[in-house]
Amino acid sequence: MESELRQVGPGNHRPSRGRIEVAGLDALETPLVARPSLARRAWATTWPKALAVGIVLFLWEAVVWTGWRPAYVLPPPSAVLGRVWADLGTVELWGAIWITLRRAVWGFGLAVAFGVTIGILVSRFRVMRSAVGSLIMGLQTMPSIAWFPLAILLFKLSEEAITFVVVLGAAPSIANGLIHGVDHIPPVLTRAGRVLGARGLAAYRHVILPAAMPSFVAGLKQGWAFAWRSLMAGELIVVIANKASLGQLLQVNRELADSEGLLAIMVVILVIGILLDALVFGTLERRIRSKRGLLTA
Amino acid sequence: MVAVAVPALPTAPPARWSAAPPPLAVRISNVTKVFTGGAGSITALDDISLAVQQGEFVCILGASGCGKSTLLNVVAGLDRPTRGEVECLGSPSFMFQEAALFPWLSVERNVELPLKLRRVPGSERRARVAELLDLVQLTAFARRQPHELSGGMRQRVALARALAHDAEVVLMDEPFGALDAMTRDILHDELERIWQATGRTVMFVTHNVREAARLSDRIVLLTTRPGRVAEEFEVDIPRPRRIEDPDVAALAARITARLREEVARHGI
Repeated sequence: MESELRQVGPGNHRPSRGRIEVAGLDALETPLVARPSLARRAWATTWPKALAVGIVLFLWEAVVWTGWRPAYVLPPPSAVLGRVWADLGTVELWGAIWITLRRAVWGFGLAVAFGVTIGILVSRFRVMRSAVGSLIMGLQTMPSIAWFPLAILLFKLSEEAITFVVVLGAAPSIANGLIHGVDHIPPVLTRAGRVLGARGLAAYRHVILPAAMPSFVAGLKQGWAFAWRSLMAGELIVVIANKASLGQLLQVNRELADSEGLLAIMVVILVIGILLDALVFGTLERRIRSKRGLLTA
Repeated sequence: MVAVAVPALPTAPPARWSAAPPPLAVRISNVTKVFTGGAGSITALDDISLAVQQGEFVCILGASGCGKSTLLNVVAGLDRPTRGEVECLGSPSFMFQEAALFPWLSVERNVELPLKLRRVPGSERRARVAELLDLVQLTAFARRQPHELSGGMRQRVALARALAHDAEVVLMDEPFGALDAMTRDILHDELERIWQATGRTVMFVTHNVREAARLSDRIVLLTTRPGRVAEEFEVDIPRPRRIEDPDVAALAARITARLREEVARHGI
């Protein structure tokens, strides 16, 4: 192949093999993409977000200006953000964040374990699919708050009640993401795996699970959103003494009619949700997509 | 497979084997494949018998829908024959029309996977991968992801991966069918060189008559629906060949005439 290409090359220029290994047609056919610098990329992803947040804050401020509700009911964003800043200096808020995050991570972790196990069983065995396939879909549409009365009867006002609902909220999405991913693997990849000798567990490890990964991560992301939502609902309802969680702080602020404090906690909850989504799942997703050439620009 | 004396093979081995014929790599005995679906049944393969010698390059040629891919799938064990038997020396490796590379693995990891699945130790694996990438001249692209390569390069990676499987028999299902003519010509040269260097047995399915004449030692022409062996052509044009060689063109013309006859008899 190289000899052929040399004949058409300019003059008698013969690139020595090894030194210039990418030559001829290969060089022509290789897309060259220069990556912009880190600072430029960071700026490119940051400014649209900053602008969007700015617009929302402006609208909020505008509503306050109209005097639709008195400021002690609907305080302006400047006051709320100031309150967030002040609260961040208290042990109380950090303690609440710690308690809530610990519950979230624990519940989400359990949900992943259950979701993956169920997902593999359903995607592997036809009986399992007809048995619980549609049930999983049904569970996903069930509002997690509807589980709380039962959870409280079963586990009383305890950590277990919260965990129970968080797992039920998140696991179906995670299982579904995995099942969907396995169902949509291009058949040629599974065939390729088979002829290369991937069977049984090895097929799962080397072909099926990696191929299903994009959809699985989408399921994780959705599962995380459900887990976080269920957890907030749980913390509003299941009040455990001596454990001031974020949800509980919300409740306390409402009872004290402290809307500034209430909104400050809401901002904290929102920011934690966004940060975890962007840092953990966003990064994971981006890495997978860029590796597979699914990322444009 | 146990190499047995071959009593009634459909083709007499060519003269140069008359002394001691090399052992068989693949033997297909009276294979029939019927697909039954909602619209009735289709006989894709009808009583096909074929023997492939070790180190031989055989092209299975036929119009589309003649069951040539089915034949390859049966040999690979991806499909079961309705009747008849297939024997193959070891488990064959397979190359598809698409490269079917795993998009989450880099070029070198794709080539490495069959070795990993066979539990080849790490150091040996790396050496073998380097060797294979050198063979298909893609060493410089070892760390790239498949999506960064052109179609022709992807097929070369797929070839390296198929060779990493270390099977005696390599089955190829129109591997260059989706490539442009120029890339295809280059890959023909590559494949011929690699086949001669490794001494593997190749069963190559194609509907491209010239490609078959360019590459094979023997061409098996299949009829359409049901797929039967219409005729076999021994190709003794000296290698290395070129697709534009007059001998290749003449043979291609002869086979095409025969193929036309076949199509006229059966319709498309």
